[in-house]
This record gives sequence, C-alpha cells and structure tokens, in this order.
Amino acid sequence: MNARAELPLHAPGTQTDKGYIGQSVPRPNAKRMLQGRGSFVDDLRLPRLAHVVFFRSPYAHARLRRLDLSQAARQPGVVACFDGRAVAEYCKPWVAVLAHLKGIKSAPQYAIAIERACWQGEAVAAIVAESREQGEDALAHVAAEWEELPAVTDMEDALSNRYVIHPELGDNICFKREVDTGGVDEAFAKADLVVEDTFGFGRHTGVCLETRSILADYNAAEHSLTVYHATQAPHMMQDIFSRHLGIPEANVRVICKDVGGSYGIKVHVYPDEMATAAISVMLRRPVKFVADRMESFLTDIHAREHRAKVRLACTRDGRILAFDLDDLTAIGPYSVYPRTSGIEGNQVVNLTGGPYRHQQYRARLHVVFTNKNVTCQYRAVGHPIAVALTEGIVELAARKLGIDPVEFRRRNLIPDDAYPYSFPSGIKFERLSHHKSLDKLLELMDYPALRAEQAALRARGVHRGIGFAALIEVTGPSPAFYGVGGARISAQDGATLRLEPTGMITCMCSVTEQGQGTEGIFAQIAASAVGVTMEKVRVLTGDTGVTPYGGGTWASRGAAIGGEAVLQAGRALRSNILDVAAAILGLDKAELDIVANEVVNKLTLEPKLPLAELGRIAYFRPDTLPPKFQSELTVTRHYTPREYGFSFTNGIHASYVEVDVDTGFVRLLKHWAVDDSGTVINPMLVDEQVRGGVVQGIGAALFEECVYDENGQLLNGTMADYLVPMSGEMPDIVVGHVETPTRQSELGAKGAGEAGTAGAPGAVMNAINDALAPLGARVTVQPFTPERILKALGKV
Amino acid sequence: MDTIETTIIVNGTPVTRRVAPRRHLIDFLREDVGLTGSHVGCEHGVCGACTVRVDGEIVRGCLMLAVQANGRKVDTIEGLSDSGELAALQQAFHQHNALQCGFCTPGMLLAAQDLVRTHPAASREEIRAFMSGNYCRCTGYHAIVDAVEAVLDARRAA
Repeated sequence: MNARAELPLHAPGTQTDKGYIGQSVPRPNAKRMLQGRGSFVDDLRLPRLAHVVFFRSPYAHARLRRLDLSQAARQPGVVACFDGRAVAEYCKPWVAVLAHLKGIKSAPQYAIAIERACWQGEAVAAIVAESREQGEDALAHVAAEWEELPAVTDMEDALSNRYVIHPELGDNICFKREVDTGGVDEAFAKADLVVEDTFGFGRHTGVCLETRSILADYNAAEHSLTVYHATQAPHMMQDIFSRHLGIPEANVRVICKDVGGSYGIKVHVYPDEMATAAISVMLRRPVKFVADRMESFLTDIHAREHRAKVRLACTRDGRILAFDLDDLTAIGPYSVYPRTSGIEGNQVVNLTGGPYRHQQYRARLHVVFTNKNVTCQYRAVGHPIAVALTEGIVELAARKLGIDPVEFRRRNLIPDDAYPYSFPSGIKFERLSHHKSLDKLLELMDYPALRAEQAALRARGVHRGIGFAALIEVTGPSPAFYGVGGARISAQDGATLRLEPTGMITCMCSVTEQGQGTEGIFAQIAASAVGVTMEKVRVLTGDTGVTPYGGGTWASRGAAIGGEAVLQAGRALRSNILDVAAAILGLDKAELDIVANEVVNKLTLEPKLPLAELGRIAYFRPDTLPPKFQSELTVTRHYTPREYGFSFTNGIHASYVEVDVDTGFVRLLKHWAVDDSGTVINPMLVDEQVRGGVVQGIGAALFEECVYDENGQLLNGTMADYLVPMSGEMPDIVVGHVETPTRQSELGAKGAGEAGTAGAPGAVMNAINDALAPLGARVTVQPFTPERILKALGKV
Repeated sequence: MDTIETTIIVNGTPVTRRVAPRRHLIDFLREDVGLTGSHVGCEHGVCGACTVRVDGEIVRGCLMLAVQANGRKVDTIEGLSDSGELAALQQAFHQHNALQCGFCTPGMLLAAQDLVRTHPAASREEIRAFMSGNYCRCTGYHAIVDAVEAVLDARRAA
C-alpha cells in the first residue's frame, strides 16, 4: 500500500502512487478515546488546584448597585472572592473590532463585568474555593442589589435605537455594510418574474459535549503562565493571555490536549476564561474553570439570529438576473474578541447567491447590539443563512415558473469551465464544479424515482418533499480573513518533521485536533511524503511550547494549510535523509529513494539501508561519515495561502422528508451531500465531517433555538429543553465526492468542515416546502417546529 | 459536611472512601477514584456521556448518588476496556470512524454494549432508537449506527 510516494500529488498526467493520500485509514489517535484514556482539561490533576465559579447576572440588563462578597468569603473552603474591579487590575479589557470591517464598533469588555451586566449570565464576581462544590455553595452567600435597566431584546427594536445599550457608542449598530454592483433596479425592472420572501433564523449554539474548560497555572518565580485550555487556537490564546495579563509572550505556554468538540465555539476569548487566568496570577496557584451546562447555554457564543428579506429577479425562461438582500442580525451586547461579531453578517453578504452566474447584486447588512448572550463564529459562519436565503428564493422562483428545481439550477449555476471567476460580491473562485457535483448528486439519489414515489404517495395523502441546496464554502483562508484587519491571528501554519534514531518520524504541527482527524491525515501525508509506513509516524499538536507557530483550527483550514506544511516538511526531510544515505552508502543521491521505511535503489527498488540503521549512524556514529558532512534530520516548513483570499469549495445537498400534516412533525427520510473539497486525503474522514456537519445543520433547521423572552431571559438553558439531534430522528446520509484540487498548493486539498452545516438547513427547508406546496403552505422561519408548520397549514 | 463510608466494587476492586451524601456516582469515579474516562456532559441525565454500569445495568452516573452504589459493582470504560469485553465494538468504532472528539465515546460504547447484549437482532432503526439517549455532536450518528450494525452482523454470522 505504501509504495513510492512521488509528488506532486494529483499533478495532471502523472501516474505516480500517492501513498496513503486518498485512503480511508482509521485515525491512530482515536484509540485512546475508545478506551476512555483521552486527556481533557477536566481530567488533569495539579497540586494546590483551586476551582473558580462565577456569580452571574440574573438580569439581561441591570446596574449592580451593591455587591457584598464578605459572607461568601467566609464559607468553608473558600480561598478568595473577586469583583470586576479586582480582576481588572490584572487583566486589561478589550474591544473587538477589525480594521477591514469598516466602521465596526463595540464597547470595552472586562473579564468580570464592573457595575453593569449586559446579558443574563454575564459574570460579575468570582469565587475561588478548594473544591467546586464549596465554591458553588458559597455562591448562595453573595449579596447583590440590582437595578434593572431596559433590556433590548428585539432586533428591530435595537435598530430603532429607542434605547441605546452603550450610550458612548451613539447607537446600537455594531456594523453595517452595503454592496451594490449597480444595475440592480434596472434588472428588477426588466425581469419577467420577481420573487421576494423574508426568512428568519433561530439563534442557536454549538452544544459541545465537553463544556468550556480552562486550567491556568501561574508560576510566580518565572512570571510564567501555563494554560491547559480546550481551544482551537493555542497561539492566538498565547498572544492574548500575554497582552491582557501583562506576561511576556515567551513566558506563556498554551497546551491544548484533547478537546471535546469545538465547532467554532472554542476559538473565541471568553471573559470567564480570561478571569480564570488572571486569578491564577493573582493567587499564584493553579485555577480551573469548567462551565456547567447552564453556563454553557448562557455564555458559550450563540450564532445565526438573522431576519433577512431577499428578492430575486429572473427571466421567463428561468435565467437569474439579480439578487437583492437586506439582512438584520443581532449579536448581543459586545462584539466578541478578537474575531469580532461582524464576520457572520459579512459572510452572508459575501455568499448570498454564490453558486449562480447573475451579475447584479445588492445587499444591505445591519449588525445590532441586544441584551442577550453574545454571538460569534460558529461552524459554517454565515453559510447556513446565505445558503437558505439563496436556495429558498431560487426554489420559489422555479416553482412560480413551473420549472423543475434541478433544471432551474442547471440554467444558472456558474459553468464548470468559467474559472477563475469573480462573483458580484467581490469574492473570487479559483475553480469550482457545480455542474459535475449536481450530476453526482442526481446519480446518488435517483431523482426521477424519488419524484415518482413522491407523486404516488401524494395520491394516498402522504406528503413528502424533495429539497435541494447548492452552496459555496469559504475554506483555507489567507490573511484576508483576520490578519489584514489587525488581529494577531496567524493565517500561516508550520510543521516540523524529525527522523528519530529508530527510524520513526515525529511530526509537530500548529494545526490542532478536536476530533476532525487532523492528526490522522497529517500522519498519512507525512508517511507518504517521507516514504514510511504510517505506524512509524507520531503526530503532536496543540502545544505552543512544542509546535511551530500557526493559526490552529478554524474556517476549514487544517488540511488545506497544515496539510501542505506537513507535505513540504515531509519532502524536505526525505531529501535530507537521502543526503545522509548517499553519504553512508557512497552512492549518488539521485539513485536513491525511500520506500516502506528503507532507502532503496530508485530504479530496481533493491533495499539499501533501513531508516533505523540510517538513524543509528546519523545520531550515534556520525564519526563514520565524511568529515564535512552534517546530517539535518529535523526540518520545518510553513505554508500560507496567498493568491486567493479564500480557497472556495462547492457542494450540493438534497433532502427527502415526510411532513405529517396533522401533527406538524417532519420525518427525515434521507439526506445526500456532494462535496468538492479538492484532493481528498482520507475519504472516510471527509464523509464524517460532512455527515456531522449535516446533522448540525439539521439541528438548526428542525430543533435548535436559544429561546429568550422579551425580558432577555433564556427559557431553555438545559439539554432537556434545548433540543439537539439524537440518533433516533436522524436519517442516513449519503456522501459523494468530486475532486477539484486547488492549484495553489501541491497537496491540492481544500476544506471540508463546514459544507454539511452550510447546506443542510436550506435543503431541509426546501424539502418541507416542497411537501407543503400543494397545500398552499410555506415555512421560512427556522427551526421548523411542528407548531410553525401547523400554523403555516392554518391548523393552529 | 457529614460523610458516609462507602465501598464500591469499581472494575472488580473494592474501593472505600468517605463521601458526602450528595456526591454523584460520576464525581466519585472521576474525582475520588481518578477514573476520568467517563465524562460529565450535562449533569441532568440527558446526554449519556457519564454512562457507567452498576450491577450489570447501564445508568447515568450523574443521576445516581455514590452512596446509592454502596456495596454494588460499578464498571467503567477503563475496566471494560481492560477486560476485553468492549473489544469488538471498539474495533468497529475505530474502523468506521464512529467517533470524532471522543468525549461521548465511553458512554456511547457502554450503551452500545448493552444493546449488543440485549438486542442482538436489532435493525438499523432499532439501533438508532436504542442509542438515542446518548448525544454525539460530531458524527451525525451514521457511523455509530454502522459500527454497531457491523458488530451485530458479525455476531450473527459467527
């Protein structure tokens, strides 16, 4: 299986073996999880560990008139109690803005709020105790006197500026953006058909099974801080701890061991986590914070609360002329640091209409502050909104014209030979495969047979629907995403590969693992590039003290960017190993190759030298090598995507559902997703990324919503009340691949992490509306609960 | 707070500790015994991450008090891994990539093993229904159902 691994992989016209690239190899690092021998933050035990718990605002917006921690401080086991002012002495506040989001504004946010709480659940005091139970017991002894302030909880109300949450900002608008290609009004004026609809999206959240967790360990002697953190971006956090706590960056080490799910939730700066690190400095001892489930619902970032009106103009024969979008989204009282809360809406503007070839586009976006929990980037950032808007209005147009939705898309999807292509919103596509992907999808689902089945069942009073959603996905971002805006978030990543004396390969990469299989694919790439079998490779990630510097894991960048760094490092190491082999053997390097852990003759494959023997000589008997020769068996390489701002991918989904028109329940019968993420390194892992993503998208479409009342009180802050997809309701998910490698890297991989979540809600919505259409009903507000469906049917 | 002497046979070995009556079994296992393989996900019995076995029956470690397990046999992912009882499921989960972050996996495996034991002829739909008390945010469940189905198929073929 691991014969020669000549690269470049997938170069046109080459017939070389790709080694492990393209193989569904099980992940080596999954074994410890299967035996309960992973190492999550809450599994660590340190001497003198103290536990911090937080006293949180019960109100959405209130002034803290008096806070008395004296009784709490006297409770058994309590080590210390702190208010916001005390912690602010050690931790500087932040304002989350980015220069390239012009005009974005926010107010200073403190690790622990001072005087005023701006959402229910915002921490206003910390209690540190010898055990978590003792800390929680002491919470009941905190005396707080509150003055309730008006809570702005409705987006339109926020936009009206009737009450301004941060008076110093002047209004409640965090960010606004307009895009206009020109010619939009003319396109609508000459259109044969104009369709318009308003879509609503429920605010929801990531519900990582491992709640947010941090253990900070300050060493006063060294003025150093070691943070064990469930995070996606260790180097970003290293920089942030350093700058906000006033500790030299070189003295901060962030260690990210196993992480129990992240999906974007664990890539942001959370005030209670910053407070935990500050308190470790204040108390000069290790301090741990692990959110409980209620705290997770109240304070993990939320996402996707949008209301958007979209209009589409098209000709009689179904040619789309223009899109016109007006999007309103609410982000809570603060833009989230350091990525800001302007990105999601910005993405909606960038991506709406994305798969299609119209030239006229206009969009308006308003991002407003409210007194609910903050929102920020969660898996597929903005995509599920943009895809549902686009695909919802596209299917409505097709229906009005009496054109089959597949045929309508055929006429409008950007042709596969039109690349490189500039989209009206300003984004650029290197190479996409919408038509090939659509072909693949239809082949997988047997579309005509499904339509026939739908019609037959309809005659018997069974209401089934088929819905589609084409999509584009932002992956592998360049510095255009954050770096250009001034954020100290790395867009480049690095990999170090080392040949060990035993012939093993150690690979250290700055991209992190939260279960996607990053470490597994790095082992595949490293083994293939060097010429060893996979069991010879060990991969280390998630430690700023060990790996090269890099961005970590977000925006589907791990395989595309980290993978390329590993590939380049692997090739360099292979070359260096061959230098050593040539020196040992007294042969020409060009005659040698590495296959299956041995240096061989390149032409005859005759074994010449096992890597273990080469390692022995290089490390322990270099005296036997030519006098001037020095082996270099550790190499580091980095990679940054530069030519395109983003490595766009594409895909298309189909959903098949049955709607019970008496109960309003939706049964998911099957889901298909075709994804083009470039070179597929491990098909099984890509399938599972897509499937997991689809189910998160289904959750948004059918179940998930953080429900707030008009006073800003979260009504469903438990897993019993906030519904998530469980295995019983989920369908089988068929995944297909089209491979259009990016030419920007030699690996050719793009990202795959978000396509599932991006496409599923739109496809499910369209399937439900396809089922409801003959009944004259239509739903556009997610989640599509039984109540909403029955209301649409006029039954309640 | 008063404590009660409690002896639990954990993975075959009696363990005696003085515990507060309010201590949950899962906290006893994780904090007092140091068996951190079983995880705390929601602390109100919904997610299944803390699933362990008490006298052969799977229970939610966050819904049972440690003192309630006094004198009883408790098996966790660590013990059932070492005994080899879960080997077939672990192998199938690995081959099908029926785990991503792995946080739900110990609970998922204990539930799956209960299914294998009590519902050897379960269909795909029955597997989905049986496993629907265990939350997984990463996989979308498809691969988990595949893995469990593969183990049942192999048993039927044997």
